Amino acid sequence: MADPSHWIKHIESFVNSSSSQAQQGASLDAIATLLKNDMLTIEALVREMEMYLTTTDSVIRARGILLLAELLNCLASKPIDDATICSLIGFFTERLADWKALRGALVGCLALMRRKSIVGMVTGNEARAVAQSCLQNLQVQSLGQLDRKLCFELLECLLDHYPDALVALGDNIVYGICEAIDGEKDPQCLRLTFHIVELLARFFPDPLGPLASFAGDLFEILGCYFPIHFTHAKGEVDGLKRDELSRALMLAFASTPLFEPFAIPLLLEKLSSSLPSAKVDSLKYLSYCTVKYGADRMAKHAEALWSSLKDAIYTSSHPILSLKSEPPYDMGFQENEIATEALILLREVILQNDGLFLSLIVGDEDLNTTISSITSFKNFEDISAQNKQKLHAVGQILSVSAKTSMASCNKMFENFFPPLMDALGLSVENSSGLSHPVEDYSLSDQLHFGALYLCFELLAACRYLVVGSGEVTSITVSVHETWCCMLQSFCGSLSKAFSSTLVTSADENTQKAYIHFGVKGLQILATFPGSFFPVPKSIFENILMNLISVITLDFSKTLLWKSSLKALVEIGSFIDKCDEYEKAQSFEGIVVERIVSLMSPDDFTMPLTLKLEVLFDIGTTGQNFMLRIVKGLEKAIFANLLEVYVHGNLKSAESTIQLLECYSNKVLPSFHKIGGLADVPFQFAVNVWEQIENSMAYSFRFPEKELLGAIMAAMKFAVGSCSEESQSILIQKAFSVLSSSTSVLKESMSDTTGIEAEGLQVNHNLDRFSCRDEWIISLFASVIIALRPQTQIPNLKVILHVFMTTLLRGHVPAAQALGSIINKLPLKINAMEVSNNSSLEEAMDIIFNSSLWSSHDNGPLWRCCGMGDGSEAGLNSLRISNVNSMLLQIPAIVGLAWMGKGLLMRGHEKVKDITMTFLSCLLSDGDAQTLPLKQGSLIDSSKQDVLPLMKSAADAFHVLMSDSEACLNRKFHAIIRPLYKQRYFSTVIPILVSSVVKSNSSITRFMLYQAFAHVISDTPLSAILSEAKKLIPIILDCLSMLSEDILNKDIIYNVLLVLSGILMDRNGQEAVAENAHIIISCLIGLISYPYMMIVRETAIQCLLAMSQLPHARIYPLRTQVLRAVSKALDDPRRAVRQEAVRCRQAWASIASRSLNF
Amino acid sequence: MTLGLINANPVVHAKKERIARTEDPHCDDAVDPLDIYDFVRDIRDPEHPYSLEQLSVLSEESITVDEKLGRILITFTPTIQHCSMATVIGLCLRVKLKECFPPYFKVDIKVAPGSHANEESVNKQLNDKERVAAALENPNLRQLVDECLYSSEL
Repeated sequence: MADPSHWIKHIESFVNSSSSQAQQGASLDAIATLLKNDMLTIEALVREMEMYLTTTDSVIRARGILLLAELLNCLASKPIDDATICSLIGFFTERLADWKALRGALVGCLALMRRKSIVGMVTGNEARAVAQSCLQNLQVQSLGQLDRKLCFELLECLLDHYPDALVALGDNIVYGICEAIDGEKDPQCLRLTFHIVELLARFFPDPLGPLASFAGDLFEILGCYFPIHFTHAKGEVDGLKRDELSRALMLAFASTPLFEPFAIPLLLEKLSSSLPSAKVDSLKYLSYCTVKYGADRMAKHAEALWSSLKDAIYTSSHPILSLKSEPPYDMGFQENEIATEALILLREVILQNDGLFLSLIVGDEDLNTTISSITSFKNFEDISAQNKQKLHAVGQILSVSAKTSMASCNKMFENFFPPLMDALGLSVENSSGLSHPVEDYSLSDQLHFGALYLCFELLAACRYLVVGSGEVTSITVSVHETWCCMLQSFCGSLSKAFSSTLVTSADENTQKAYIHFGVKGLQILATFPGSFFPVPKSIFENILMNLISVITLDFSKTLLWKSSLKALVEIGSFIDKCDEYEKAQSFEGIVVERIVSLMSPDDFTMPLTLKLEVLFDIGTTGQNFMLRIVKGLEKAIFANLLEVYVHGNLKSAESTIQLLECYSNKVLPSFHKIGGLADVPFQFAVNVWEQIENSMAYSFRFPEKELLGAIMAAMKFAVGSCSEESQSILIQKAFSVLSSSTSVLKESMSDTTGIEAEGLQVNHNLDRFSCRDEWIISLFASVIIALRPQTQIPNLKVILHVFMTTLLRGHVPAAQALGSIINKLPLKINAMEVSNNSSLEEAMDIIFNSSLWSSHDNGPLWRCCGMGDGSEAGLNSLRISNVNSMLLQIPAIVGLAWMGKGLLMRGHEKVKDITMTFLSCLLSDGDAQTLPLKQGSLIDSSKQDVLPLMKSAADAFHVLMSDSEACLNRKFHAIIRPLYKQRYFSTVIPILVSSVVKSNSSITRFMLYQAFAHVISDTPLSAILSEAKKLIPIILDCLSMLSEDILNKDIIYNVLLVLSGILMDRNGQEAVAENAHIIISCLIGLISYPYMMIVRETAIQCLLAMSQLPHARIYPLRTQVLRAVSKALDDPRRAVRQEAVRCRQAWASIASRSLNF
Repeated sequence: MTLGLINANPVVHAKKERIARTEDPHCDDAVDPLDIYDFVRDIRDPEHPYSLEQLSVLSEESITVDEKLGRILITFTPTIQHCSMATVIGLCLRVKLKECFPPYFKVDIKVAPGSHANEESVNKQLNDKERVAAALENPNLRQLVDECLYSSEL
């Protein structure tokens, strides 16, 4: 047991009203801990507190009781024996009468009431006593908000946990609650009162019970809160949303059918109010209450309900003001919330009591007038806005009623379908559907728009009824349903009527609405599930013919064309989803075949882009169609390619490019989604190779670069999506073509010393590189680039040689292929495997020891051979002894760059050697100056010659670091080591930086900065941030150095983005603050950067960000910035001016005398 | 000091939709009335928590620019004839434009003909350099102007 003196001071501190709230809380916690740990019994505590609980000083008494109550709150999960609970609840019950110390009594009662039975809870009798005491003693509405809330919580808790005890109180409790909640205004309390009413109604369901006699009074109290309206703009009070409160009230309204005589009239009355939110609420409440009150009680309100509903639907569809909003060619009405809710209610009441409501709808005068005068709504343009609204409302009512159930659908069709058909001028055809009395239905007299629209709504509704929303349900619908029979008999003529909208010759704009509904109507007719409503084959085919003829002929009418295509796509995917063999046959025969035939090269009816759009869209509807279409597309591609190969037809080159782009960008990716078509890309690649093999005679002289690019991309994508096995077959195929038909291969297969002997003649071969050879080698490179790492490459040695020779002629794909090979080769080969395979080491040996590199004796590339290894001899070898060899060194650098990228991505250390080579190239200018040249007189000229070499070495860093679309990415299965960029960044930057510092030639520095810029602009920001402090001065130097040359504008922009990244990041701010002065002067320089608008804009944005730095840092720079920025106010570009205004204001306000808002 | 508001119950109009300019790199980016309007439309009325646009004091049509000559003319319409706030509104416009445009632009600010009882004197006051400078020296006026320009109360 704890020492009493120890905890008594806590009691004193809590009761003492002069102690702070924190102190009181601490004392409460301290005593609660003691009680929880059994250091103190409740009995002992109460005995000790006796004085505080019974004193006549009401302030101290209130605090004492509150302490006891709060302690009980803390002990909610601690078992307490029944005797203690009994005496405690007795005490609190009695204290409810003590209005001066009420808070504690309420909290105490509530704490005890909420206890669970396992820890000891209040008995029913005691609960009844509490309730009685409440009813007798509490004047709820005279209390403060918090106390009221506690009262309501107590009542709620009583109803929740001890309903039986309360029910026994009968009338008293109902009356008491009515009194307590009358006039409540606080939202929090209101939510509780609504819930109390709901619970109360649940426990007194008896229509003759105590609630029945008070129902009127109770509803009078509740009713005045409807509709809930918050005056606060935010719609939220103390975390309570309007919707929550409104929902609570709705539940209270619907809690008992006894409220029905009062609630429904009130709701109907509010429905006619002008407040939109009141309308929406009324409709929601009505929907909910209708279900709860039951059909019998609602029947007597049916007529009133229908007429208000009708009003709501009629008046709430507002015409859309502008025609631009989507959907542009709909009826032009937007359903707002009121209309939506009204239609939900309509559905609800029809479901509940269809006979009564349907007869109301059918017998409705307005509705019938509209239908009977439908012929007056003839021309869409001539219908007044008011009538359009009426028409739309009728359409909605028909649609919802028909959607609700079979019976209602029948009724709607029986009553409204015949007059509509009459208005459209259609009459029943005989059952065979072959001879149409309206055969020569022509548009000479235009279709009645109103009838067309309503007809469409009915059709859409009954399709919805059978198909459900989107999925084909297995509802067994009797074919003998009335509406089915009616529809069937009109099917043929309806499709004719709809089709007639397609052949409008008039201005498309005026026909928008007709076209929309006509096409949609056809789509619905064609997509009725055949199992229950067999649209005759002839009609189905007719529909398809009509649509496809629009596609092929009317492509100039955008809207018609687009919606027809959409309809065809819908029909196609519907057929694909539900197995309907016959329809699929028709679809394939009519639509797919026709489209494929469009692709033949001698069909010039439609623009190619449209053809491709149709092709792809129809293809996506199903796997089979896609296969068929891909075949057609391939056929077209090969036919076109042949044209190009053999006849050198440039015109077909253009269309081939389009076809290939469609193939690689749309069709191939969609295969991944569909799946199971892995064979298709393989076949395509094989076919390309076969075609090349077969067409030996090339007659085109000028290689079409774009066409080559397109076919390479297609080849890469195709190969990339093949499996390993298919890739092995492909590479063999490709190699056989390559070896049999190119001179290059023979050249490199022949003794390499031959080439060495030829030496510099290699570059003369550049011209002899025939078009066909280039074509084949490029395609071969594409295959290599897209291979999977596991695929083995046969004849690797030869292939490497081929690529290296072609690479030196400046052929970039060859370089990329080499990079890919190096990236994917396995590090080690199992001895068990075929000796034909090479490991990475071997391949590198072949590449770097090749005589090709060293044939140009002292080239810088020599270093990579592993012989130069950074010694003085290596450096000496950098000297460029032969001007001619320069022509070879630049392509060699490009090749090295791609190979370096391959190594870098897999994380191989050899990349360091390659980097050092680039560096030595960058520094070669310095060497040229410092080292005595053999041909001393040629200093100037050699300096000029070194420049392109240096430039390409700098650009090599861009190749190394940037992500390439063409190769070495995930699509083409590259091996990518995580964080390889960060690693490279941290090794290469120190070297570059120290070289910059050391170099004393401005050209060298310029080039080094370019390399530096390439590296940092492709490094992830997080890596740069950790080095920000060191890097910022160099970045700034780099910016100022590079900004002089117009050619570097993209580099400048990228570096500026890096800088702004540092500025915006929290971690970079410290480094920025230290260098604020130099950063700002650099940015000020860039504000007037003349070559690129976006650089100026970004520089100003950076300045804006700088204004957030600590005041002391930036204040001295303020005038300088303001002067510079005000010049930018006069920038020729608007975006820059606007940024300047923003920036100027930010900087001006950091020290203005006026208040800053 | 005046007691109460000068126009206690102004007519509030809806804000016009902001149309984002099309990002055409080759378009002519010369200063046009919409540019200026975009800068000044959100200035708060000195009396009410509404913008000048909402109170229909300004419109795009009431602004003319001649970029070659470097001239801007704004004509605004006070909400009521005896509005003593007209000069404050004019002052706000002048300060705002000074911030947003290079100094060589000559800005003329006028009340719409017939919209103010003391039209002439207001115009004279607003276009007098000395008087504008003097007004901005007055800390109370300056604070009022800044509140109108930078308030986020709208």
